[in-house]
Amino acid sequence: MSVEEFLRVDDVVVGYGSSDILKSLSLSIRKGEFVALLGSSGCGKTTLLRAIAGFARPKSGAIHVNGKDVTLLPPDKRGMALVFQSYALWPHMTVAQNIGYGLKLRGMARADITRRVEELQDLLGLAGLGQRKPGALSGGQRQRVALGRALAIDPEILLLDEPLSNLDARIRLKVRHDISALQKRLGITAVHVTHDREEAMVMADRIVIMENGNIAQQGAPEEVFNRPASPFVAAFMGAENMIQLRGTVGGGHVKIDSSATNREAVLPLDGRALSDGVYEARFRAEGAHLLVNDGAADAADAGLDLVGHVEAASYPGGTWRHSVRVGDEILLVDSPQPVAQGEAVRVRIPAKNLFLFNLGGSFSRPRQSSLNEGGAARVLEASHA
Amino acid sequence: MTTTAATRPTFSVDLWWIPRAIVLGLLAFAIFGPLANLVLWTVTERWYFPHALPLEYGVSYWGRVFSPRGTAMESLTNSVVVAFLTVALAMALAVPAGYALARLKLPWRALIMLAFLIPQAFPNLPVYVNIARLFYQFGLNGTVAGVVLVHVTHGLVYAVWIATAAFSAIDRELEDAARSIGASPLRTFRDVTLPLAAPGLLASAIFVFLESLDEFTGSYFVGAPDVNTMPLLLYTASSGGNYQIASITAVLLLIPSVGFMLVVERFLKSDVLSKVGH
Repeated sequence: MSVEEFLRVDDVVVGYGSSDILKSLSLSIRKGEFVALLGSSGCGKTTLLRAIAGFARPKSGAIHVNGKDVTLLPPDKRGMALVFQSYALWPHMTVAQNIGYGLKLRGMARADITRRVEELQDLLGLAGLGQRKPGALSGGQRQRVALGRALAIDPEILLLDEPLSNLDARIRLKVRHDISALQKRLGITAVHVTHDREEAMVMADRIVIMENGNIAQQGAPEEVFNRPASPFVAAFMGAENMIQLRGTVGGGHVKIDSSATNREAVLPLDGRALSDGVYEARFRAEGAHLLVNDGAADAADAGLDLVGHVEAASYPGGTWRHSVRVGDEILLVDSPQPVAQGEAVRVRIPAKNLFLFNLGGSFSRPRQSSLNEGGAARVLEASHA
Repeated sequence: MTTTAATRPTFSVDLWWIPRAIVLGLLAFAIFGPLANLVLWTVTERWYFPHALPLEYGVSYWGRVFSPRGTAMESLTNSVVVAFLTVALAMALAVPAGYALARLKLPWRALIMLAFLIPQAFPNLPVYVNIARLFYQFGLNGTVAGVVLVHVTHGLVYAVWIATAAFSAIDRELEDAARSIGASPLRTFRDVTLPLAAPGLLASAIFVFLESLDEFTGSYFVGAPDVNTMPLLLYTASSGGNYQIASITAVLLLIPSVGFMLVVERFLKSDVLSKVGH
């Protein structure tokens, strides 16, 4: 146990009935760290947050805060504060009463509460709204009241359950920075649940990507972004383009065999744990270049070249986004210049932007296999008829 | 039905309004006719057949009803005392029961909800005759406590159903939010749950109050003749032909009913109403 370790989740299993939502999950968070739990819906990230907060009781495992076992403590005895996705503001109390409630519970003098609530209102840009009811506030203001209510009690750990998902896109960008700046300034340990990759990247010191009740990968944003540990993480971090390649490993390099859809390439292994065989290759639309196919061969170590033709182009802003047909796959590739539909192109993926993962043994080229299977099925149908 | 109006737009008198007006008029008469008659009787001194209207108007019967020695004042006091005690007891049971039914995942929830309907489901008379016999053994017959108990069994279905709906309508996260910043379960209930459920609970209390005020059968078997309530007075007065006393009693019963109904209508929000009985 490191000195800095503050919140520790040990082999926690949470589930209802026979299905487990969290499957023996362990996580360690340092004091003052901002950790984002990232995952698609149903991956267990909210359940983990509720287990930490004390609203979901683990079947087994333990949760420690500052070395103290809190696994069986009720939520109100944990010194944490949870900001809900719905904000959960009390409609019968004013903004000031909402923010000050936690202080009132702690028996603080009324004058002190008023002073502290006003401080928080100023800090959160809610000055002058203290006497309003939550119903008379905008979404962004409600979100800040919910945050103020949680911050008022000086929690050791601030838990945030998708607090930005109900906000307008424009406000969201600003609130992201507001929250992380505030967290840094107050030095609070924060756990933030989100399904928004960019939000997690911008706000967190560390990203924990969850998949089916387990941690798929955790690390600093740039680490998770640039070195995804599995195809799932790569896809979740935006590398949606997927092709299959065959290759061999040797001398610190991986040699990708040429095929109908790609040229031969020799890429530095660069810490990738690969063996000979079939790879699932993933890359981002913005991680590849689109070259009009002039037939000239460059040095093979420049990256992987895929051959295909442009099916469509659109302009989402900044760069042109092309859908390129490579073999059976449709890949999205960005380019500063539009390329005409039907034009033969090369998609060049620099080695550092290409994520390679070993696939299971039984694999044949997608095109061949689908054709063969189709053919076999047709033969079978014919024989039946 | 609008063909005539469509073909002759200048003389667009919708003839369908004639039967509609007749039906509406009959309906209004069916509702307000007896009420008007009732009000008329309260200010009547002399009125007999075949005269369409009272022969002599006056308020002397009001004085008689409210005289210190009159049975009406005693009945009114009894009714109000019984109603308040019934509300207190019913709510003391319905608030925890409603909260449990709304919040806890009870497997028998639907069955329990249905059980509160049982006192209403069976024919009143045999039930109350048996209750009276039972109460007689325990010495509860002819006591305020006995009447209150009968009224509570009768009113509990409204109290529990509406209280359950009122608690169900409260988002659980509002309670979780209080817990997460340090409120104990009891404190959360006091500061968050109860204030938010208050309108619904008030409505259910009013229902119980009105039910108790109007309840006749149980009061008759268990209470009479020692505990006289307003409906019992109304019954004896009207069966004795004293329509003035009966009408004045009826109007006295009517006032809280109408007044409270307006309050209930204001407090029972659709989010609560939609959950009644679920």
